[in-house]
Amino acid sequence: MTRVYKCHKGIGDKVQGEALVADDGFSARYDLDRVKGVFSRPAHKLYGESYQDKILVVNTAKGGVASAWMLYEMKTRGVTPRAIVFNAANTILAQGAALANLPLCDRFEDGDITSLIKTGEQVVVDPQNGEVVVLD
Amino acid sequence: MNLNSELKAMAAGEQGPVRQWAVEHMCSVGGMFDAEDFVAVSQAHMMNDPESVGEAGVAFLENLAAHSKEERHVRIPMITDPRGVDLSRYQAFGQTDDMADLERRNIAACEKLGILMTDTCINYQIIMPPAFGDHVAYGDTGVVIYSNSVCGARSNFEGGPSALAAGLTGYTPRYGLHLDARRKATRRFVVDHQPVGLTDWGVLGGLIGRRCNSYWEVPVLEGIKFAPTSDQLKHFGAAMASFGSTPLYHIVGVTPEARTLEDVCAGEPPVAESISRSDLAALRGDFGGKGDKVDVVVFAAPQLSHVEMNQVAALLDGKRIHKDTALIVCTAPAVALDCKRLGIIDRIEASGAMVLTGTCFYNQFAREVGVANGWKRLLSNSTKIVNIISGYDYEPALASMEQCVDSAVAGVIV
Repeated sequence: MTRVYKCHKGIGDKVQGEALVADDGFSARYDLDRVKGVFSRPAHKLYGESYQDKILVVNTAKGGVASAWMLYEMKTRGVTPRAIVFNAANTILAQGAALANLPLCDRFEDGDITSLIKTGEQVVVDPQNGEVVVLD
Repeated sequence: MNLNSELKAMAAGEQGPVRQWAVEHMCSVGGMFDAEDFVAVSQAHMMNDPESVGEAGVAFLENLAAHSKEERHVRIPMITDPRGVDLSRYQAFGQTDDMADLERRNIAACEKLGILMTDTCINYQIIMPPAFGDHVAYGDTGVVIYSNSVCGARSNFEGGPSALAAGLTGYTPRYGLHLDARRKATRRFVVDHQPVGLTDWGVLGGLIGRRCNSYWEVPVLEGIKFAPTSDQLKHFGAAMASFGSTPLYHIVGVTPEARTLEDVCAGEPPVAESISRSDLAALRGDFGGKGDKVDVVVFAAPQLSHVEMNQVAALLDGKRIHKDTALIVCTAPAVALDCKRLGIIDRIEASGAMVLTGTCFYNQFAREVGVANGWKRLLSNSTKIVNIISGYDYEPALASMEQCVDSAVAGVIV
């Protein structure tokens, strides 16, 4: 059955893709090998996983202002998640998403989004309408 | 969002496409955080090292810089975070001409925009600290948390593009830490002992950051019975921001908004959570390594103050670092000039250490530099850097400044 999760209005356009989910943080600088498109920090729960073209579903944005530039640089090379969904984004990721035009949203009404969506599920992210839909 | 007449004119393109981009960018960000309007800011500070900006970001800046001076120049004092390449030493550090060329283009574009290339993450110690209540648009999480917490200024974490937008307009969206309500404590921690030294403060900050784990939590700390130094609070905040994305803390009786606990609480104080010595030891335990060979010892993150530079020099006097170990020290250009004059740099480098100016180790293409030099095991007294550097394929360990110097001399972690 299709599930709809309402969230705060976000940034960017509506996209669909396969979810990659972790109850962990996200920083473009500290967690990623941006050339290979994989998580590279050994302590990260998605260590070794490719994020390319995935709907990345994570808990919070972590330290480091560099992510704001990095999302734009990653987008230009075409090695990015298709969208990022947070429980709570921080200002940096919002600023980076605005420059890169990368869909991003956060603050869900039904609680912890990393426990509501499973890796591998098909997901539609609609930041302007503030909702994420998990397809059958 | 409500725009005043000045911002409306910029949004309409009346002052050219550069300022028009800036207002559009800030409206997009402000919209996500429910900002109702903008607030005037007195300074902007931009993180834009070439590794994170990349070819695409440099081209973006060059495109802005190609407009007329009237259209492109920043409107308020705007300064920069550490660079990614020390152009006077980059080859010896294992960096390539391509990296240096990208940095040169980056600097040229920024200078055309009217930005002062201060290249520092300790501007609050050496350039112009913001005053209490001052609204600013700062990049670098360590700069923001210090300015908010210790100076009582008001800034969100501003990534490069947003800091630039603030510089170009003189405004930033009014949300987050520009609002009184967002500066109230949401978590309350109590220590039963006093931190000693920079690394102790860093570990305590890291632990609080790890527990808060969100931009929107504001911790208040009780139990500190003395006035910490600026360098101690620098390491405390930098680690907290790194572990938790935390932009503001209060320390009762120390930081200016928290003369008392009640000052920073909206109603009932949050439930007190204790931090014990064993909690701190557990965090340190993640970064052990006694007896291991050490490839590189790093003093950076944040850049060293005059006082820290002198401390490192005093510890190194008369010593030689091990032939298989590198010792890298990063500081701000303004500090380096003074330390050169005072003989401090010569004392540090007489040991075989390398002082880099206007950079910080982790934003210097750390992965490529590690490969070029064969560096894997990294030792530092910075809780921030040991938290972040493993993503660049290093194995980090944490020790005090004294132990770091002794380890650099011995070639193994002592």
